[in-house]
Amino acid sequence: MAKKKTIRTIPQERTPMREQDPQVRAKNFEEVACGYSLEDALRESERCLLCPDEPCISGCPVGIDIPGFIQKIGEKKLRAAYDILTDTNLLPSICGRVCPQENQCEGVCTVGESLEAVAIGRLERFVGDTAIKEGWVNIPYIEPNRYRVGIVGSGPAGMACAADMAKAGCDVTVYEAFHEPGGVLKYGIPDFRLPNTVIDAEIDNLRKFGVKFECNTLVGRLFTIEQMIDEMGYHAVFVGVGAGYPTMLGIPGDSLNGVLSANELLTRCNLMRAKEFPNYDTPLPIGRRVAVVGAGNTAMDAMRVSLRLGAEKVYCIYRRSRTEAPARAEEVHHAEQEGVEFHWLTNPVSVLDDGQGGVRGMRCVRMELGEPDDSGRRRPVPVAGSEFDFETDLIVYAIGTNANPIMGQTSNLKLNKWGYIAADDGLATSVAGVFAGGDIVTGAATVIEAMGAGRRAARSMKAYLGIRDPGLPYASGAGTLFGIDTRERNFARVRATAATEQS
Amino acid sequence: MKMNAMSNFKIVSREDFSDVTYLLAVHHPLMAKAARPGQFVIVMLNEHGERIPLTIADFDRKKGTITLVIQAVGKTTRQMQQECRVGTSLYGMVGPMGIPSPISHAKKVICVGGGLGVAPIFPQARGFKEAGAYVIAILGFRNKDLVFWEDKFRACCDELILCTNDGSAGMKGLITDGIRVALEGHTNVEEVVAIGPPVMMKACADATRARKIKTMVSVNPIMVDGTGMCGGCRVKVGDQVKFACVDGPDFDGHLVDFDDLMSRLQRYTKVEKAAQERWSESCRMTKQVGPSALDALKHSRASQSELLELPDPFDDVRGG
Repeated sequence: MAKKKTIRTIPQERTPMREQDPQVRAKNFEEVACGYSLEDALRESERCLLCPDEPCISGCPVGIDIPGFIQKIGEKKLRAAYDILTDTNLLPSICGRVCPQENQCEGVCTVGESLEAVAIGRLERFVGDTAIKEGWVNIPYIEPNRYRVGIVGSGPAGMACAADMAKAGCDVTVYEAFHEPGGVLKYGIPDFRLPNTVIDAEIDNLRKFGVKFECNTLVGRLFTIEQMIDEMGYHAVFVGVGAGYPTMLGIPGDSLNGVLSANELLTRCNLMRAKEFPNYDTPLPIGRRVAVVGAGNTAMDAMRVSLRLGAEKVYCIYRRSRTEAPARAEEVHHAEQEGVEFHWLTNPVSVLDDGQGGVRGMRCVRMELGEPDDSGRRRPVPVAGSEFDFETDLIVYAIGTNANPIMGQTSNLKLNKWGYIAADDGLATSVAGVFAGGDIVTGAATVIEAMGAGRRAARSMKAYLGIRDPGLPYASGAGTLFGIDTRERNFARVRATAATEQS
Repeated sequence: MKMNAMSNFKIVSREDFSDVTYLLAVHHPLMAKAARPGQFVIVMLNEHGERIPLTIADFDRKKGTITLVIQAVGKTTRQMQQECRVGTSLYGMVGPMGIPSPISHAKKVICVGGGLGVAPIFPQARGFKEAGAYVIAILGFRNKDLVFWEDKFRACCDELILCTNDGSAGMKGLITDGIRVALEGHTNVEEVVAIGPPVMMKACADATRARKIKTMVSVNPIMVDGTGMCGGCRVKVGDQVKFACVDGPDFDGHLVDFDDLMSRLQRYTKVEKAAQERWSESCRMTKQVGPSALDALKHSRASQSELLELPDPFDDVRGG
């Protein structure tokens, strides 16, 4: 056994990840961050103290055994590391790239208290990519049961739920309205951040689990959720359709040509491959000077896509300051490196038209931070008389999304006052057998949170269907033993369960 | 219920109404069962294709087919005209999308269809007839050669007014002349439903505004996904912004801002024209390409008297 690691003996600096040069990459759609080599990964794995508290595990929305897989990397047992990762997370290549690790596992890392946190996300991606390269796939022994599960939406929530239900032995079908599965991973996140090949590889893994994907299917309109249960023979349904109804600013000039949502820009570019127009038929609005309103991950994606499409100038317009920007730190940093011009504390007032239905510029007002608002962030307030105009010919709104109305229009699912699907803690909806999770329940959030929700719903779904879940912790809370309510006082059953668990 | 229908959209019949207008019936039993008047589909011709919205012209629940009537104006619709033969398949077809047109209990209605809009107005006319209404259909075409489905309408409507620009069939005049004639003959019209080019729907709404007759129109803006996600199809309705794909496509014609709609329809005109010309060249078409989309769209600004000269909106302006 090696000598015990301490904060003094580990490599002090976080292992950098090779990246394409900003000037070069701002002109192509190749992946920006090239990933760790084996040497990089080995060195970085050295930095994990394998501390007994394991704060990272509780920092992870799906509870990956992070020290466990990092230890295996250190032992050069990459397959074992992959096995540990896929125990809890079936999509490591995706999560390693798109999770906001600095607010999750890395944010609570013990090493991070005195040095830079262990690069958990990069290590996860390294293992996931190695698996894709090597063609590894973990297909556990699946004992088929008689249950059929329908999943609406093939984004991260649906994929995670599908994986868990397939593992539990259910016959799983995933429905997708677009012509390709993947949801926001495909239409939203650009190739240079998450290549479509990676998503397809992960989807293929799900297919190997027996998950079926049905594209070109708009659930709600082609058939309803209720029909799935009543007529189509599904025993349970998971709804993970995302939020996705883009918000417009509601300022004068909103409807001019040259004002569009980040969703539209990204979908045209990523899913429809408009960047390869005219080889692909979908056209794309081309801007010379592009202003993107908002500072979340979607905004960063829209800016960086605009640069790659050939914009001379790309501005970020955000009404709060950099500290409040909701994007991952790395994304802001990357956008900055590539030449995006940030205008913090700036709020659009109106869009100026060019007299021909297009956009000439934008009128903005400077903001300053006032008292904290409900979200705990300091509220931006306009500075009187600070209006100014600037020139732009394409404006992209990336200011968040609302609930998609289709489910509400076509089913009896109870909605909350914002139009999102109302679900209890176990993500059960008001309709028996129907569960929901991800953005359509919480409002816009992250990929990993959606995946976490998909898995949480899968747990409830198994309980609903009466499928015993070996993944359930032995003492899942007060008053339960081996996942069985002790008030039941049926200790014979407890013993029997315990015996099975151990075997 | 069989589920394998979602990956193979076979064309089971085709009919050419003129050298630019054609009908495709696509096999999709599940959709034929779900479709209601007023809904639309989004079609992809091939893997590299764009997603184009097309209004469902008819559906046959027994045969399990969805009928689309398409006019070859843009690149995709021309390519479809060449490639979509009976026995071939579309790469994608999703729907039925949008909120079905409410078939109200109006006792007397006028169903107006202009050009290609004649196709999607048909299931509505039939729906009203089935609901017991007295149905007056007004169909407008540029000339006799472009007329289609006259017999279908005759079979389910109480009155039919056919208008052509040059008078080669029916009465000579515009749709609005037809509406004037109908309103002179009937004082108790409770509802007007109009589908056609935006400029025509605008004229219809204007024609009924003074009499305060409820006028529903079906708008057709540019869209990508058709599920409320891109926001490209937003239209101004009164003081609100609506998404045609999930909040529509039917709106109160007296509230729709048509000028805004028409301006937004021209967003990609230039690039699309380029794509279409490139494609035409690559096809080595011997035949001269007709008036280009751009020129035609310029017309739309020119004057309303030319309103039926327009290419129909269902193709080029929505991305075809």
